[in-house]
Amino acid sequence: MDWYIILAATIKIVVFVFLVTLPLVAMSVWAERRVSAAIQDRVGPNRVGPAGLLQPVADGIKFLLKEDFTPNHVRKSFYWLAPALTMIPSLLTCAVIPFGSQLFGEKMVIADLDVGPLFVFAVASLTVYGIVLAGWASNSKYPFLGSVRSTSQMISYEISLGLSIVPLLMIYGELNLGRIVMEQAQNGWALLPLWGEGLSVKGWLLAIPLFISFIVFTTSMFAETNRLPFDLPECETELVAGYHTEYSSMKFALFFLGEYAAMIIGSGLAVTLFFGGWSLPFGWLTPESIDAEVPFWHGLIHIGVFFAKVILFIIFFIAVRWTLPRFRYDQLMKLGWVVFFELALANVILTALLLMWLK
Amino acid sequence: MTFLFFIFAALTLIGGIGVVVNRNPVTSAFSMIVSFLGLAALFIQLNAYLVGVLQVLVYAGAIMVLFLFIIMLLDIPKAENKRFPVFTLGASVVVVVSFVTLVITVITKSGVGTAKLPAIEAQKGPGQSDVHQIGELLFSTYWFPVQIVAVLLLVSTVGVVVLSKRELK
Amino acid sequence: MAIVVKRPKLKWYEHLYLPALAKGLRVTMGHFFKLLSGKTKVTMQYPEEKWDANLPEYYRGAPALVTDEQQRERCVACQLCEFICPPRAITIKPEEIPSEDKWAKVEKRPKTFDINMIRCIYCGLCEEVCPEQAIYLRKDYAITGTSREEMIHDKEKLYEIGGVREGLVNKWNELK
Repeated sequence: MDWYIILAATIKIVVFVFLVTLPLVAMSVWAERRVSAAIQDRVGPNRVGPAGLLQPVADGIKFLLKEDFTPNHVRKSFYWLAPALTMIPSLLTCAVIPFGSQLFGEKMVIADLDVGPLFVFAVASLTVYGIVLAGWASNSKYPFLGSVRSTSQMISYEISLGLSIVPLLMIYGELNLGRIVMEQAQNGWALLPLWGEGLSVKGWLLAIPLFISFIVFTTSMFAETNRLPFDLPECETELVAGYHTEYSSMKFALFFLGEYAAMIIGSGLAVTLFFGGWSLPFGWLTPESIDAEVPFWHGLIHIGVFFAKVILFIIFFIAVRWTLPRFRYDQLMKLGWVVFFELALANVILTALLLMWLK
Repeated sequence: MTFLFFIFAALTLIGGIGVVVNRNPVTSAFSMIVSFLGLAALFIQLNAYLVGVLQVLVYAGAIMVLFLFIIMLLDIPKAENKRFPVFTLGASVVVVVSFVTLVITVITKSGVGTAKLPAIEAQKGPGQSDVHQIGELLFSTYWFPVQIVAVLLLVSTVGVVVLSKRELK
Repeated sequence: MAIVVKRPKLKWYEHLYLPALAKGLRVTMGHFFKLLSGKTKVTMQYPEEKWDANLPEYYRGAPALVTDEQQRERCVACQLCEFICPPRAITIKPEEIPSEDKWAKVEKRPKTFDINMIRCIYCGLCEEVCPEQAIYLRKDYAITGTSREEMIHDKEKLYEIGGVREGLVNKWNELK
C-alpha cells in the first residue's frame, strides 16, 4: 500500500511537473514572443520547427552553451544558490494544484492538503530569497537596488494577495483546493454562478465580493510575478537588468524561467479558485461527489479543460503585458498599500456581512 | 516514516548551529531559514498542517526577509574574532545553564519515552481539518487572548508609525 | 522656469483603471486577431520572398566588371576608379599589352582587379568615373562570406557577377 502511494505520487510529480509544467514554461516564452509579435503586427520567431515551435529548444541549447561567467567580485556560494531559489519554490507550488478530477481512481493532485492556498502562498513567499540573494551576492549596485525594489514590491503585494482570497475561502468554508473546485463544478464557478445553487439571489450577491477579490488577486499576482505593468525590478534606464544583471547563461535563464513558472502557477491558482479548475461549465460531466467514481475519458477531458483554461489565462497575462504602460514605483507602492490592502480588508468585511445576512 | 523525522530534525539542528557558528550575518540568517523550514516539516509530519505552513509563511517567508533586508541594507560587517565582554559571557552562561536545567527537568518529570500521548487522527472531510479546529477554538474558547493580541499588535503598529514620523513635525 | 503640467481631471470610473484596461485590450487583441486572420500586411519573409523583381533600374548593388558582346574585357586599367574610390576598396595591378597583340593600341589591361567587399560602400563613384564603361553596380546585394579572403572579389569573380554589357566602347573601335 505504501509503495503504491509513493509510486502514484512519483508518477504524478514526474508527469505534471516535469513533463507538463516545465515544457509549458518553455512554450509560454514562445507564446509570449508570438503573441506580442501578432499584437504589434509582426511575425515573431517562426524559423525553428513548424511555426517556430522548437524555438524554446533552440533557446535552451543557446543558454546551455553560452559561457557561464562568474564575476570576480561576487559572493560565490550565494551567487550560485540564488537562481535555484527562484525556480524551485515556483515548481514546488505545483504540488497542491488539482489539475484534473480522477484517473484510475487516483485524485489528480500531487498532495491533497487541507491548507492548499496557504501552502501556495507560503512556498511562493520563499521566491523572495532568490531575488534578495541575487542582488546581495552580485555585490554591485544595480543588482542590489533592483533586488531591494523587487523584494519590497513582492512583500507589499503578498499581503493583498493573501487577503484577497479570504472572502472566497469564507464563502466556500474550505481550504482544500480539490473540494473548492468540486463545489464550483456543482454550483457555478466563483465568477460565473449560472447553474446549480449558484443560480440564486445568494449566488449572485456573493459574486460581488468574489469579483472584487478576483481583481485584487489578479493584479497582485501580476505584481508578485514581476510582470508588466509592474515589472519595476527590471529597468534598463535606471537599473540595467535589475537583480540578474551579473548573471549569464543558464543562471540567467533560471531567473527568466522562474518568472514564467511563477506566472503559470499563478494562472493555475487563479483558474482553480475563480474559474472552477478542471470543471466544465453548466455542470457537464461533473461527478456526483468528491469521492465518486469518474470514468476514464471524463478524467482526461477534465485535465484537458484545466490546461486549456490555464493557457487562456497565460495569454491574458501576455496580452496585458503588451497593452499597458508600466507604473511608476511610487504609484505601485501606493496602489499596493493604500488601495488594494484596504480594498481586500473591506471585501472581507463585506463578505462577512453578506454571509451573515443571507444565512 | 521515521527516517524523515531524523532528516528534518537534523536539518533543524544544523540550521540552528549554523546561526550561532557563522561569522557572516547573512549566512547566519540563512541558516535560520533552513532551521525554520526543518521545523515546519516536523510540524507537518505531526499532521499539524496549519502550524507548519504558517511557520513557513510567517517566519521563513516574511520575518526573515525583513531580517535579511536590514542586514544587507546596513551592511553589517563580519563579526570579528574578539574576546567577549564579561557581561555577555556571564549572561550567556546563565541562559544556557537555566535552559539545560529546564530541559532536564521536563525530561525527568514527564517520563518521555514511557508516557503515551493520545494519537492524533488525521481527520478528513469538510469542517474537520485542523484549520477548522484551530479557528473554532480561537474564536470561541480563546476569544479574549485573541483580542488582547490584536490590540497589542495595533498598539505596536501605531507606535512604529509615531516613531518613524517623528521628524516630520 | 518650471512648467506645471495640468493633469486632466479623471471621472470616478476612469480612476478604476479597468475600463482603460478593457479599451487597451480591445485595441491589442484587435491587432492580434487581424493578424491571425491574415488581414494585416506583415513584413516580407526574406530568404523565401525577395524584392529582386522590383529593384529599380538605378539600384546600387555590388560593383562588377563587364565584358562587351564579344567577351573582351572593357577595362583599360586607367586606375581612375582606384583613385576615386572613397574607402579604397579597389586595387588594380595594370599590365602592358604586348606589341604583337592585335589590340596593342589599347596599351594597358588589368593584370589583377580586386574589390574588397568589406570596404565597398556601394557609392557608385567607380561606375560614374569609368571612361570605358567597364565597371557597373549590379543588383546583387547579398554579398556574404565566411572569411575576409572570401570577401575580396578578384577579376574572375567580378566578370562572373558583371556579365556582358552591350554598347559603344571607344577602345575597340579601330578607327579611333
